[in-house]
Amino acid sequence: MRFIPVTCEEQVEMLVRIGVDSVDALFEDIPGDARLARPLGVPDGMTEIELAAHLESLAARNSDGSRVVSFLGAGVYDHYIPAIVDAVVSKPAFFTAYTPYQPEVSQGTLQAVYEYQSMICQLTGMEVSNASMYDGATAFAEAALMAARVTKRGRVVVSGAVHPEWREVLATYVESGTLDVVEVPASGGVTDAAAVAAVVDDSTAALMVTSPTWYGTLEDLTALGVLAHDAGALFVVGTNPILLGVMEPPASYGADIVVGEGQPLGNAISFGGPGLGIFACHKAHIRQMPGRIAGRTTDVDGRPGFVLTFSTREQHIRREKATSNICSNHALNALASGVYLAALGTHGLAGIGEACIAKAHYLEDALVGCGCFERVYGAPFANEFTLRYRGEVADMQTRLLERGFLAGLDLGRFDADDAGLVLFAVTERHTREVIDRFVEEVSAL
Amino acid sequence: MYPKDLKYDREHEWVRLDGDIATIGISDFAQDQLGEVVYVDLPSVGDAVSTGDSFGEVESVKSVSELFSPLSGEVIEVNSALDDAPEAVNDDCYGDGWMIRVKVDNLSEVDALMDADDYEAFLAEEA
Amino acid sequence: MSTTPETVAQTATGVPSLGEPLTGTLIFERGAAESRCVEAPALDVPAVSLQEVLGGRTRVVPPALPHVTEVDLARHYEHLASANFGVDSGFYPLGSCTMKYNPKIDEQTCRLPGFARIHPYQPEETVQGAFELMWGLQESLAEVAGLPAVTLQPAAGAHGELTGLLAIRGYHTANGDPRTRVLVPDSAHGTNPATVAMCGYEVVQVPSDERGGVDIEALKALLDTDVAALMLTNPNTVGLFDENILEITSAVHSVGALAYCDGANLNAIMGKSRPGDMGFDALHINLHKTFATPHGGGGPGAGPVAVSAGLAPYLPGPVVGRGADGVLRLVTPERSIGRVRSYLGNFGVLVRAYTYIRAVGGDGLREVSEQAVLSANYLKALLEDAWPVAYDRTCMHEFVMSGGALRKATGVRTLDVAKRLLDYGIHPPTVYFPLIVDEALMVEPTETEGKATLDRFAAVLRHIAQEATEDPDLLHGAPYTTPVRRLDEAAAVKNADVAWRPDGAEA
Repeated sequence: MRFIPVTCEEQVEMLVRIGVDSVDALFEDIPGDARLARPLGVPDGMTEIELAAHLESLAARNSDGSRVVSFLGAGVYDHYIPAIVDAVVSKPAFFTAYTPYQPEVSQGTLQAVYEYQSMICQLTGMEVSNASMYDGATAFAEAALMAARVTKRGRVVVSGAVHPEWREVLATYVESGTLDVVEVPASGGVTDAAAVAAVVDDSTAALMVTSPTWYGTLEDLTALGVLAHDAGALFVVGTNPILLGVMEPPASYGADIVVGEGQPLGNAISFGGPGLGIFACHKAHIRQMPGRIAGRTTDVDGRPGFVLTFSTREQHIRREKATSNICSNHALNALASGVYLAALGTHGLAGIGEACIAKAHYLEDALVGCGCFERVYGAPFANEFTLRYRGEVADMQTRLLERGFLAGLDLGRFDADDAGLVLFAVTERHTREVIDRFVEEVSAL
Repeated sequence: MYPKDLKYDREHEWVRLDGDIATIGISDFAQDQLGEVVYVDLPSVGDAVSTGDSFGEVESVKSVSELFSPLSGEVIEVNSALDDAPEAVNDDCYGDGWMIRVKVDNLSEVDALMDADDYEAFLAEEA
Repeated sequence: MSTTPETVAQTATGVPSLGEPLTGTLIFERGAAESRCVEAPALDVPAVSLQEVLGGRTRVVPPALPHVTEVDLARHYEHLASANFGVDSGFYPLGSCTMKYNPKIDEQTCRLPGFARIHPYQPEETVQGAFELMWGLQESLAEVAGLPAVTLQPAAGAHGELTGLLAIRGYHTANGDPRTRVLVPDSAHGTNPATVAMCGYEVVQVPSDERGGVDIEALKALLDTDVAALMLTNPNTVGLFDENILEITSAVHSVGALAYCDGANLNAIMGKSRPGDMGFDALHINLHKTFATPHGGGGPGAGPVAVSAGLAPYLPGPVVGRGADGVLRLVTPERSIGRVRSYLGNFGVLVRAYTYIRAVGGDGLREVSEQAVLSANYLKALLEDAWPVAYDRTCMHEFVMSGGALRKATGVRTLDVAKRLLDYGIHPPTVYFPLIVDEALMVEPTETEGKATLDRFAAVLRHIAQEATEDPDLLHGAPYTTPVRRLDEAAAVKNADVAWRPDGAEA
């Protein structure tokens, strides 16, 4: 077998050295009734050449972004990934390493994490970032648990304008009653500030919103932050990091915890995972933070180096009193994000943000202008927006798919009240020519 | 290593009594077991502590230990210098490394604590 | 950096260090303000006033990101990579982590545009190939587990634990009482008690017996109708198969509790014994251990959960189901606990694991486990006279040695031994885990190492034991040959330098 280098002859030598006469003798601790007496019902192995062909045939059955023009976003976005990103994450010394528990031989991972943390702090305006979490949704749920620890309060107020899957994950995480969640319905595509004011009180651990919202709209974070802080609650803000080259960071609006889906920063959409969860907060709260953190220090010879730090928060030391059960981070995705941000730099990231925003507004104008869609929300938007289709959404999408377009996301799939609404995401990859062609096709239906 | 004028408990805290005010810290044995102390989490002034209950935590790089109060009473002072210099717990555990001062509810509780000789005997037994 | 003659340091080879230091140069310190790598394309639509369209939300102070050329980037990360140790670098016998070789074909298949550039909200008919892959993976994992229903959503082992335990909680709640306690052995991984707490349960520790298994009498004494579940790793965290497993799971079931298996050690038993057949009701599977997906320097992994028919309705949705028409689609189990993450899971990792399973096949998976167990027992046989084994029994795919006697005799700790191994180009075993073994070293060779590698590892460890006796200070000072030496972890906490800032000031 190609991944086992031990030869048959060596296997015999090994058995002799152990002092048993068969491999099966090594499995005698397994009670008879718990043994599998038949071969596994898993298909037979394949040669690499057969395997490559098989996987290629499965992949070919999917309509990917190289074959259709997609306007799908809703949390994951098909931005261009510079060649240098994959060149770096493909280095075996990075991707075949374990968690950097032996810092002397893990400086590559540790420094890359430290640099990632630094870049996330720069983007969000916060003082500390962890080494990343599973995704935006779990980071959001962990933020609620952390807010409860910091404030010693047991209730969070969540905006109905937050991605429905983020809200669902939060609900799952607190299902055992560890925390109460109060949801405030969205109004006009944004958080209803009056409704928030009515429910936020001195038992509220956090007010939790995202901007952009699920609908692509931008929140009035200044006003919401004041509502949270006046009640002594933390202000948790979800963000899209790709926009933070041009948009004011959450810290400027008083955010206490910033979370986000980091996929747009140099990671493939990959059917929704793996991306990474961004998690940043104030230094004063670092001991309540979930997840790993890398820090800079020196070695015995005085050379600079990096280690995992503040580990006493974590499960391997604090066990049932840990800040979370998380025992990993999405290190390789964080590496990709670090390379991506370094490749773009301040200037490039601003350029990408501006391109997404300008093209999104160009498409929105054209879709409304052609008479097929109408505006429903007055709030500003950035790279993603919601319009109402003046017809049958499913039918429109089916017909446009035949013409090679994934025509946005039918929001009625997620909430019956949003039937007729379509969410469009635009990236720097959408050229004017493609956008014009799409609008023409929509108009021609 | 174990000053004669102090009292000790089985969780390795020491007590220095001045009237009904008790100063509390951890023993030389405890600081040695912990290794380099990097953080001490202490209660607030005005908090009530009770005998045998946790009043805070002391952390080294790879461990966390709870601090258990040897007496009941009200916290009247905490050693905030430990925020910036937690190493005092290692360097001077009976002096600058003190942790809290408590106004003791019931002085008779002190009688239940060990003196230095008893504590050393206790340590020998534990080992 | 200035290079006056006084500051020129001589390296061991006699070559003076005249330029860039070997470690510590941050990406922020490379390049120049005008350096550029990737830029946005020229705008082909009318420019907008950002201030206007964003309603005044434009950024005032730009983020201080690096400014570098592509050359700077390539050099920087090659330099960082050279300071890292991975499975491709050398032997990595890190117990309980299954650091097996990661096949290169997996890295190729997960990058096919048909997998890497599909969106989770695409119409189902446009992603049937992806669903076919997920379906096939669910089926294979169910077969290996001996449990019929699988969710691929959890992103990691600990996340799988959370999922499985919440499903158990959902099951008990539906039966009228979620119960209050979960039993966890004293040898358990820290994620187990942490997960129990996140699920709102109280952790109750179960002692181990002198043979390294669950103390069955103590277990029975702790079992009552308030117990929701037992969380158990089998083979367990000391590398042993619990001989009483059937009695354990049946005792758990006798009080209406369920048995959760931490699948960290599945690499020992594929095709030999299945957790479902041992009486477990739920199991998480670490694809980054058993199914050869790379650890990535800490992630991403994936922690699918397999459960019994009774727990299947509680799995998080959606899962891939096959309709009567043969079409695959997403379905949400009827009493689902809800999502545990966004979208469908770490799909890129699932593609790698599927590729591995199809490469190796059913018989190959059994051979993997047989070789993993054979190699561990061989290594144990080579070492046990020099390094006392915590439990003197046939082990599974890993075993635990104790450095306690060595410490008493020489003052050399397991930590020192681990650091000295680095000088020999070997990644240390897992140290100080499990907690029940004094100065523990947990060794897991995996099936992907040749006999010569195992022989050398044994020779090195025996030699280090000798070094400890002859020159303990040599070990206290190790390592000597790594990119950096022992780091000041206490200072790292006290200084809390966790992010670079442009002014050099701390946050």
